[in-house]
Amino acid sequence: MDGVRIIEIKKSVFENNEIDANNLRKELKSKGVYLLNLMSSPGSGKTTTLIRTINLIKDKLRLAVMEADIDSDVDAIKIKEATGVDSIQLHTGGMCHLDAEMTRQGLEGLPLEGLDLAILENVGNLVCPAEFDTGSCSNAMILSVPEGDDKPLKYPLMFSVCDTVIINKIDVMDYFDFDMERCRRNILSRNPKARIIPVSAKTGEGMEAVAQWLLEEVRLWKAQKA
Amino acid sequence: MHELGIVFYIIRDVKEVAEQNGVSHVSKVVMNIGEVSTVVPEYLTDCWRWAADKEELLKGCELEVIVTDAVTVCNACGKEYPTVEHGKNCPFCGSTDTVLLRGNEVEIKEIEV
Repeated sequence: MDGVRIIEIKKSVFENNEIDANNLRKELKSKGVYLLNLMSSPGSGKTTTLIRTINLIKDKLRLAVMEADIDSDVDAIKIKEATGVDSIQLHTGGMCHLDAEMTRQGLEGLPLEGLDLAILENVGNLVCPAEFDTGSCSNAMILSVPEGDDKPLKYPLMFSVCDTVIINKIDVMDYFDFDMERCRRNILSRNPKARIIPVSAKTGEGMEAVAQWLLEEVRLWKAQKA
Repeated sequence: MHELGIVFYIIRDVKEVAEQNGVSHVSKVVMNIGEVSTVVPEYLTDCWRWAADKEELLKGCELEVIVTDAVTVCNACGKEYPTVEHGKNCPFCGSTDTVLLRGNEVEIKEIEV
């Protein structure tokens, strides 16, 4: 029998993705395109929130959307029909998240020249997307009231990687045991710097704050030197 | 599904190392998986079996998982404590200003060829 040889590797499996993500961020900076990675559970109202937001900001900057799902293109069609902005569907082929390389390939399908903002609607899932840096300029997530105010305790990594948390479906708060103050405390225990925006994408309450936040983010980022 | 994605990353990295070292078959891959890494070792080895056997280089290759302890350090009192038992709250001084020191790694330790 041949002797066994051991080769030491000692390398994080996320290392290649982190390199890809940093390269993508540099590329986006040079093109002046802000990439937002939007995450959430399935059914939190991500697409509805996105449509409302886009309709509030689409006259102020040029934007496009990438919808990532395991299958179907219902979300991409919905966004395109409801807002008129460019929207493409990415299929992850069964994978539960997007990584930086998949994001880069997706961006190739968008008209990047002259674009200010690209929004990536990640796969609905609070576990895996948090682990893979997509190369985005910032991460945001939508938590909806029916999911409960204890979600930040159950999915700590997701809440620690997100700069902004949008709390959706506040119009149904009376029907659930959802304590907004407790939710805020739970989010801030994971990320003391998190920005929290309560909204109802259905009634439109709070949506102006989402639009302002996003416009300001893009403006500040564009003003920064590379 | 999560573990399957990680398996694809491991395969990509192992292939790269094998190529650099002129290796035609790998018999074992050893992983360090932190206990708060959100990777479930049993799922990882199941996904590994399915995906690895599809690769000539990795047919029958065993995946060994070493689970590494999670340790958190308290910024307030400077002491270290086991993360899984106490979470974010320091058991010594009660502070929540604590940072995970180790235990979230998903790392390829070594391969046997």
